[in-house]
Amino acid sequence: MNQPLLVTATQKAGPRLTLAIGATIILALLALPLLSLLPADHNLQVSAYTLTLVGKILCYAIVALALDLVWGYAGLLSLGHGLFFALGGYAMGMYLMRQASGDSLPAFMTFLSWTELPWYWAGTQHFAWALCLVVLAPGLLALVFGWFAFRSRIKGVYFSIMTQALTFAGMLLFFRNETGFGGNNGFTSFRTILGFDIASQGTRAVLFLLTVALLLVSLYLGWCLARSKFGRVLTALRDAENRLMFCGYDPRGFKLLVWVLSAVLCGLAGALYVPQVGIINPSEMSPTNSIEAAVWVALGGRGTLIGPLLGAGLVNGMKSWFTVAFPEFWLFFLGALFIVVTLYLPKGVIGVLKKRNQA
Amino acid sequence: MPKALYTLLLLLLLPLATHASEGEFFLTSKPADQARLLQDWAAQPDAARLALLSELKQGRIAADDTRKVRLNNRLRGLIDNALASHQMLSDDTRVRLSAAQQLQKSAQPAQVAFLDRRFAIEADAAVRAALGLALANLQLAASEPSVRLAAVRLLGETGDPQARTRLQALLEPGAETDAAVRTAAQTSLAQVEHKLLIGELLGQAFSGLSLGSILLLAALGLAITFGLLGVINMAHGEMLMLGAYSTYMVQVMMQRLAPDAIEFYPLIALPVAFAISAGVGMLLERTVIRHLYGRPLETLLATWGISLILIQAIRLLFGAQNVEVSNPGWLSGGLQVLPNLVLPYNRMVIIGFALAVVLLTWLLLNRTRLGLNVRAVTQNRNMAACCGVSTGRVDMLAFGLGSGIAGLGGVALSQVGNVGPDLGQSYIIDSFLVVVLGGVGQLAGTLWAAFGLGIANKLLEPQIGAVLGKILILALIILFIQKRPQGLFALKGRVID
Repeated sequence: MNQPLLVTATQKAGPRLTLAIGATIILALLALPLLSLLPADHNLQVSAYTLTLVGKILCYAIVALALDLVWGYAGLLSLGHGLFFALGGYAMGMYLMRQASGDSLPAFMTFLSWTELPWYWAGTQHFAWALCLVVLAPGLLALVFGWFAFRSRIKGVYFSIMTQALTFAGMLLFFRNETGFGGNNGFTSFRTILGFDIASQGTRAVLFLLTVALLLVSLYLGWCLARSKFGRVLTALRDAENRLMFCGYDPRGFKLLVWVLSAVLCGLAGALYVPQVGIINPSEMSPTNSIEAAVWVALGGRGTLIGPLLGAGLVNGMKSWFTVAFPEFWLFFLGALFIVVTLYLPKGVIGVLKKRNQA
Repeated sequence: MPKALYTLLLLLLLPLATHASEGEFFLTSKPADQARLLQDWAAQPDAARLALLSELKQGRIAADDTRKVRLNNRLRGLIDNALASHQMLSDDTRVRLSAAQQLQKSAQPAQVAFLDRRFAIEADAAVRAALGLALANLQLAASEPSVRLAAVRLLGETGDPQARTRLQALLEPGAETDAAVRTAAQTSLAQVEHKLLIGELLGQAFSGLSLGSILLLAALGLAITFGLLGVINMAHGEMLMLGAYSTYMVQVMMQRLAPDAIEFYPLIALPVAFAISAGVGMLLERTVIRHLYGRPLETLLATWGISLILIQAIRLLFGAQNVEVSNPGWLSGGLQVLPNLVLPYNRMVIIGFALAVVLLTWLLLNRTRLGLNVRAVTQNRNMAACCGVSTGRVDMLAFGLGSGIAGLGGVALSQVGNVGPDLGQSYIIDSFLVVVLGGVGQLAGTLWAAFGLGIANKLLEPQIGAVLGKILILALIILFIQKRPQGLFALKGRVID
């Protein structure tokens, strides 16, 4: 872990090959939504199911990247990123629910025989405000929590446990019907987004392209961050916080910035996830989901930018296959994955690829 | 007491057949007549009718009679009342006491005369007090204000939730006309409410202690391993689960092999659960955790993986449903302390058990060679190794100890809650918070933090709800850590990396 940190596949596999692979993947991702627009009987047509699945995995990849920024670079293992993801999703869901219900109250509120919207729903019929909420809700929560946590220098496993407790508390809160977010069932049966039918192929394709765009932007952001002085301070912070402090740095600001940025990225990913998948409920906040994100990052390779994306793709791909083929054994496999990755693949798949290239 | 004598005479003279025919008569009557009959019986109890009423409670008129008696809820209530009335004639003090308590709830105005007579001749103080209350309940409707006044005063001395409802009903506008009785009722109501409040608070404090003792059992092992190895064992909750399932297996085995001694299966389950959990814990330490020392975050993930595997394995072996673990006789029931405060025996035993485990752990850590080594490694691993402490062995044994304690906690949990594959998950986050709050490697910290969190949880629950209470506690812990980053009882030292 003390090696220079910017060990991306780029440096190791030779720039040309990697560029070629990267470009192919990006082209394929861009082609996917276009292919989904083909008529249903066409050979190359991509089904809505596949498009949703890949879109979902891309959203998870953004979460993995965001988690990697705080874990791989700054050494803060968050077990609560699912909370930020779900908050972004809920903010978008509020807008979608208002779209679906028109002037009347969302259906679940009518069931509870509420007569007016709670104050925090104000303005959610406007798309612009919903977008602001997508950024603000996870961002502010991360800011407040991070400010207190980093102020008292909570780190290591303490930090992980506190974040896990945070997302657990959030899950319990959103499970309550009185909280005003649909309780157990969450939000579902959306109809339109900005006036477009949410289930139509065109809308799906646009949402997919937006996800790809967000992923590319986050990658670029991460790349800039990792190369900058800021990124170097972060890695120093991860490896020897006390020495960094003796050198005259105040680590709080650095941690807080990367922590909030990561939370906001998760929120955006959640906001893109909800209209594609069509449902958001409190189980997205369960500690299990958040800790699963950590294994995506660990499997792919921490402290690299490509690793988490690879890990998210691999684990979620396997999950979709396993849960259909051997539903009982998925948890065994996932558990074994956690153990194997931590024991034998400390640098993840990227690390293995790197080693092979060096040999 | 001429009537009592008549009753005795009747009892001697009338053959039992009369009562059998009374049963027949009851069976053939219309419900309205049956109700009137029961009310008459309740007002004029006859010891010989006891058998009939007991059988009626079972829904038949005689033990050998197969005809079902159709009963509605009103008739059932009247049967209970009539039965209690008859049980007042019993020689057994306990039967009379429970009958008097039943009468407090159900007595009818027609029974005043009977209750008055029994009250006059009752010898046992407890039964007399209970009977007095039952009588006072009825006398609230008496016509003379002086009787009502006495009844109201008597009710004020109890802490019974029913006395509150009765007094509240009396204070309804227009219900009571006499001013003196009204004022007395108001004072009595205030008294009763005060007593009820005390009972409620004590009850909350007790359930807080109970929750705290469970958290203590769950967090104790966690605190030891965390202090020693610096790793958080996410599979610790599953050690609780293994302990609970060991209890279940012991219960099933004993039902098959030694049904006579089934009462004592929790005692047999304790060593079994300890051995199984400790064995699994040591195995994990040897195979996985050992290779991850110095990498706490990775350990966290690896142990999470272990917990997933354990949960799924239990699901495949025992099914995803909860298994049934029953309380033995000596752990069921409870001690009635106040009218609205019952302390269940199983919870009391668990509080004592948790404290005993803490004591044993303390002795083990402070009075044995192993404990000395554990403390040495906790304070300075390298120095301990230099002095010849086999740190690897200490790690393994301490991990086994921590897991074994969790297994004991699982036995305790199986007696108060559901036993299912997800058992550990529901306690793990709370026990982490106990460790965070209590500080590392300190038994005292864990003890205070566990009971503090348990009581705070239960006190907040009725005020703002369980979920908001939990969130508030989390916020408080985060604020608390601002002041004391190392927990309540931190080891003092100057080591910095």
